[in-house]
Amino acid sequence: MGTNPKKSKEQLLYEQKYYRVQYVNKIIQISIFLLFLFLWEFSANRGILDSFFFSSPSRIGRTFCQLITVNHLLAHIWITLLETLVSFILVIGISLLLAILFWYFERLSVVFEPYLVILNSLPKSALAPLFIVWLGTGFKTIIVAGISVAIFGSIMNLYSGFHDSDQGKIRLIYTLGGNKSDVLKKVILPGSLPLIISTMKVNIGLSLVGVVIGEFLAARKGLGYLIIYGTQTFKMNMVITSLTLLCLIAVLLFLGIALLDKLICKKHHQE
Amino acid sequence: MKTILSFQDVQYNYHSMNGETPALKDVNFDVYDGEFLSIVGPSGCGKTTLLSMAAGLLKPQSGKVQLSADLAENKHSIGYMLQHDHLFEWRTIYKNILLGLEIQHDRSSNSLEKIDTLLKKYGLYRFRNKYPSELSGGMRQRAALIRTLVLDPKLLLLDEPFSALDYQTRLSVSGDIVDIIKREQKTAILVTHDLSEAISLSDRIIVLTNRPGHVLKSLPVHLTKQGNSAVAARKSPEFSAYFNELWEDLHGNESEEI
Repeated sequence: MGTNPKKSKEQLLYEQKYYRVQYVNKIIQISIFLLFLFLWEFSANRGILDSFFFSSPSRIGRTFCQLITVNHLLAHIWITLLETLVSFILVIGISLLLAILFWYFERLSVVFEPYLVILNSLPKSALAPLFIVWLGTGFKTIIVAGISVAIFGSIMNLYSGFHDSDQGKIRLIYTLGGNKSDVLKKVILPGSLPLIISTMKVNIGLSLVGVVIGEFLAARKGLGYLIIYGTQTFKMNMVITSLTLLCLIAVLLFLGIALLDKLICKKHHQE
Repeated sequence: MKTILSFQDVQYNYHSMNGETPALKDVNFDVYDGEFLSIVGPSGCGKTTLLSMAAGLLKPQSGKVQLSADLAENKHSIGYMLQHDHLFEWRTIYKNILLGLEIQHDRSSNSLEKIDTLLKKYGLYRFRNKYPSELSGGMRQRAALIRTLVLDPKLLLLDEPFSALDYQTRLSVSGDIVDIIKREQKTAILVTHDLSEAISLSDRIIVLTNRPGHVLKSLPVHLTKQGNSAVAARKSPEFSAYFNELWEDLHGNESEEI
């Protein structure tokens, strides 16, 4: 245990080995990335890959600087980020609300289950053209597209988590004289916190997917628009630079949720 | 002696699409103020169902569960301890114990003082800001008992509260818990399938039959023992006679076949 201030030789050796393994794994991960960049750059320069179609790391760098000064790249990044965050927050809010409602009135969940399953398995990109007709092009359509990808799975996921909450703890609340809303406040919601966080991790990615689909079809702004515009005008550097930025945004958003996870779990003492 | 709870011709059947399962039939017995009563019986004979009825979580399908007037008027006068401690892992021990008061919306300084007193009395005060995962099984069970006692119940229902503990812990914790219950002068009903536990802890044992359960007999227990520990009770000269009697009651038919 950690109470002993003097660690034994074996313990120190064990810890050393642990850190070494971690360290080596990190180095391997980073090397793979660097090797990939190097091979890409190298084969583009030697003409093994046609840099017109495949671009190269240095061209991406140059295109990035160019896009910032000429095409207001930062505004495009900002709008995609904003749309993703708005869809994400709406998805979490709406699905929490509906999952709670389904849990509270179980008949609702039984009745609506087949509809949810059908809506969830429907390919959302097929709906996007419909949204354009109904809502026009622009912010609203893209938000709805972003929501539509994540919402149904999110409701089902949260509801089944609520439904499978520890029956013993629920019974305990009743034995202490509580009612159903006590169960919700004391057991269901706090007990489902890890589930809510993991649902958020999935949803932040899905919202980004939905927003980009929306931007492909119905936008004048955003990274999705830049990708479509770049493809149509054969500016592959622009396309691949935008893709790289999307990668970065996805990573950043995920890290944001992971940070939230850490903060909350620390407070709630859950692994 | 004053009767605080009585079961009168109680019947209960469980229903599912596979049909009807009779759980209890013509159950009649009284619980007296201040006694420690155990209910033993084969598994599935409706022991837990009886407790749920006493707690008011279930209504009998026919017959009556009659509470004495002072118990009936205050619904917190009955405390229930379940098979597991069900401490919430996201709350500290103190917050776990506070759960009942939170639900009752009772934050009076009186009640909060009571928590501190109980925590100190039963050796958990130092651990009040720890999380359940940091406590041993016995300490967790004590915390669960304090959570129940804070609401000041007159009658305690114990549904195999020691069954999740290993044998060693179980011996010491069950002695501990009964000690606390006696000191706080509560009436208690313990449901168990462990005959030794029933004999060593109770003043009286109700034996239920196989499903549908009804009362086979009511057996008063008098042990000559030193101290209140579960081990002392098991060493008393009368212990094995009681054990054999209960064993015969529950397994009588089988032993005839052998």
